[in-house]
Amino acid sequence: MIEKKIISKRFDKIDPYSIADYIATGGYKPLIKAMTGERIDILSEVEKSRLRGRGGAGFPVAIKMMALAKEAASVKYIVCNADEGEPGNFKDRAIMEKDPHSILEGMIITAYATRATKGYIYIRCEYDKSIEIMRHAVDEARKNHFLGLKIDKIDFDFDIEIRLGAGSYVCGEEFALLESIEGKTGRTRVKPPFPTSVGLFGKPTEINNVETFANIPVIVDMGGDEFAKIGTKSSTGTKLLSLSGNVNNKGVYEIPFGIPIKTVIDELGGGVPDSRALKMVQLGGACGPIIPRYLLDMIIDFDRFDEFESKTGSGAIIVMDDRWDIFDILLRNVDFFKHESCGKCAPCREGHNQLARLLRKFTDRKATVKDLISIESLARVMHQTSLCGLGQTSPTSIISTLRYFREDYIDRLESLEV
Amino acid sequence: MMVNLKINNIDVTVPENTTILDAAKANNIAIPTLCYYPDLRINSDCRICSVEIVGKKGLSTSCSTLVTEGMQVKTHTPRVINARKTITELLLANHDADCTACAKNMNCELQKLANVLGIDENRFARVLEVRPIDDHNPSLIRNSNRCIKCGRCIDVCRNIQGVNVLEAMNRGHDILISPPFGKYLSDEFCTFCGQCSSVCPVGAIIEKDETATVWNALHDPQKHVIVQVAPAIRVSLGEELGQKPGTIVTGKLVAALKLLGFTKVFDTDFTADLTIIEEGSELIKRITTGGVLPMTTSCCPGWINFAETYYPEILDHISSCKSPQQMFGALAKTYYAQKENIDPASIFVVSIMPCTAKKYEAKRSEMGSTENNLDVDVVLTTREAGKMLRQMGVEFENLSEMEFDKPFGTTTGAAAIFGTTGGVMEAALRTVYEIVNKKPLAVLDFVEVRGMKGIKEASVDLGGKTVKVAVAHTLANAKIIAEQIKNHESPYAFIEVMCCPGGCIGGGGQPYGTISKTRTDRLASLYAVDVAMPLRKSHENPDINKLYSDFLGSPLAKLSHELLHTKYQPKRRH
Repeated sequence: MIEKKIISKRFDKIDPYSIADYIATGGYKPLIKAMTGERIDILSEVEKSRLRGRGGAGFPVAIKMMALAKEAASVKYIVCNADEGEPGNFKDRAIMEKDPHSILEGMIITAYATRATKGYIYIRCEYDKSIEIMRHAVDEARKNHFLGLKIDKIDFDFDIEIRLGAGSYVCGEEFALLESIEGKTGRTRVKPPFPTSVGLFGKPTEINNVETFANIPVIVDMGGDEFAKIGTKSSTGTKLLSLSGNVNNKGVYEIPFGIPIKTVIDELGGGVPDSRALKMVQLGGACGPIIPRYLLDMIIDFDRFDEFESKTGSGAIIVMDDRWDIFDILLRNVDFFKHESCGKCAPCREGHNQLARLLRKFTDRKATVKDLISIESLARVMHQTSLCGLGQTSPTSIISTLRYFREDYIDRLESLEV
Repeated sequence: MMVNLKINNIDVTVPENTTILDAAKANNIAIPTLCYYPDLRINSDCRICSVEIVGKKGLSTSCSTLVTEGMQVKTHTPRVINARKTITELLLANHDADCTACAKNMNCELQKLANVLGIDENRFARVLEVRPIDDHNPSLIRNSNRCIKCGRCIDVCRNIQGVNVLEAMNRGHDILISPPFGKYLSDEFCTFCGQCSSVCPVGAIIEKDETATVWNALHDPQKHVIVQVAPAIRVSLGEELGQKPGTIVTGKLVAALKLLGFTKVFDTDFTADLTIIEEGSELIKRITTGGVLPMTTSCCPGWINFAETYYPEILDHISSCKSPQQMFGALAKTYYAQKENIDPASIFVVSIMPCTAKKYEAKRSEMGSTENNLDVDVVLTTREAGKMLRQMGVEFENLSEMEFDKPFGTTTGAAAIFGTTGGVMEAALRTVYEIVNKKPLAVLDFVEVRGMKGIKEASVDLGGKTVKVAVAHTLANAKIIAEQIKNHESPYAFIEVMCCPGGCIGGGGQPYGTISKTRTDRLASLYAVDVAMPLRKSHENPDINKLYSDFLGSPLAKLSHELLHTKYQPKRRH
């Protein structure tokens, strides 16, 4: 069995509406341990764990936490990014709907360690069940004195508010998300300054993904060193995967880092239906690279993913069989990003429209060699110059297919004349 | 602390907190920019100023990235140049780039950028969706088809002026900079200050061009065409015609306007002096008879528009005086017409103003004229005046200096400084002090009210009473003043308000590229004009006194009231 259930250990075993179930299965014990019991140094445990952000970019969590802890401001915020909008991702939803208190506990411990005063959970509005369960969990946590004034009778006040997105993909980007909480249009800000110094309402803010927060109680419970033994050198712990596409068993799976993608597809996904051939896999979501079958021995590992320069680490694996034309996928991706670009910076605002036009020239078999050069140049310029993660990562599917499926482009050229 | 870095392999040392853009500039490399504007916030939206930092994967925008010790910056690698070209091509593909049919031709930052980058073809398809043009007001034209969404206009309107009429609507490729819900500027209570037109890098927001109307009038034998020139123009028209910011061109501009064919070239400074007499008398009357205080100035049409819309409850606090421009218009078609025995209907009054809101003001119904016979017929901005002189081929620098015509030609230093923040206040104090205290001022300069500070305060002794006064410029500062008045918390008796940064010298109709430094240069020149004048107090202007004895009677008297005063009405916000 390749699964290792740490984050998903309570999935389908407890009633998500019952805080009693959570507590009965060891929940909130790490919180009490962190706050009152052994008075462990949470920051150093997280540092030792070498936990990296689970939203996709894989930024070391301890660096953010320590930066926030160092800020002297009297108001500091913890924000949980539950705007899971990347196509192909649904693992945060699973945590919210199956083990909501683990997220709250992670947020409270983080707040305690950094002396943050208030938390926000920003959930995409389409997740109605997640919203209902998280709201219920916050109420229950408050009733049980895990949130509110003088948490667990010690001198620490912290509360959490739930805010909803309004359907915009870019609000999953950290600054656009903060703008949205502030009631403004969801558009990113110039950085630096980073959120840990100037974040929500101008105050120091730490933003983490749902799964990242769910890891915190686990680390406090088992200790950073123990946690770091799971997974690989560069990527410790486990990863929740959202497995979808042409596989027999779609769903959320938890594995330790270091498992090859092929093993996940074959053993957990049960392979491709109808004995079809696997053609390609898109990693991370619409903003991730499309890789061919021969690369599937690649292990799931942040450092391995780094070479794609994209947010590949969110754990989405979208499997596509031999019926798919790469241009079907590319056009869907680009049209999606064209629709979701906030319009603030020039390369993203204007670039997606042109990428879509160029791609259609390929599907119409009207493309020239010059168009091939243009699309490659444009995709790279967008990747290198866009203001936020949206425009920086959206061309990844084009850049990666130009590398691995270049012959598909050349096949669609009207002529080979230069 | 100094920071050492390498720019293009050359060692560079700059103070910490310097941006890469400024560090490069200090070392003689101008990295191309587009959305960047020195006085505004850093948006880093256009990404044109991207550079390579050794060790960083993507490119970084030099306008927003601070230098760090040991940093290695490359400003012109092939990767960087390709990125700049690509982005510029993308912008041009969604831009009405019919350059020769654009008011900003040869004055357009996008055009200049394309030229500097050497763009000779566009790889991308033209994707412009043509949208309607908003020209439903007398001052400004918004042409979204030329807009490149740099965000400067939004910033200046929201953060400098505090008016917040413009916003980026929609998202992605459909983004549109516009008043909310795509309304017209006139629907949304734009004050027409024109600061947006001043900072727009392209031709997306421009003043309504009325040069053709003036050319027609100048060549209409039935018309007697005269022109008045605002105080700030004498320190900015030279700049518009290629001279250094702040160059004083009073005598040459009179000569140039004569060359254009104006029968008489008059000075708005004359009616600025008149404003001081009327407004000063009004202030004294309000103070001595328990009238509504504080009283604010009324020369600035942007301020009037702002107050009518956003602070209708304080309109009684605004002086009833018309602006110098409108006083001039009123006198031109009465006093001057009688004196010269000309049919008022044939007199055509042109103003040259640093301002786009003046175009709106001239067309106001309050200005005591029928629609067919306005007191001021056409208002030209500094930029439009420059355009006419270029059209005429006037060799400005070679002109011999000439004097303004009588009877509106004798003016004082007090009137000259009307063109800068603090100037109206200082001019008023010079006169009010001497009238009330019945003794001459020892020092004429009220330095507390000078300079670029947003709100300036001073105290002055009037008849044994200490009176507090204040000076505010930009509408964001005007808002603070207006809030105090509205809440009955204003500690002042008299307040000068000018809507543009620095006052009229920084007006929305001034030469393109106006930044803090240019404003400071123009301001210094106006004070130099003041010092050089033989007369520096409005009440010592002999021709003003003659105007009262020959025509108006006395300040605030019946005829003065009819011609020189008005009342503004609240405008309802939707």
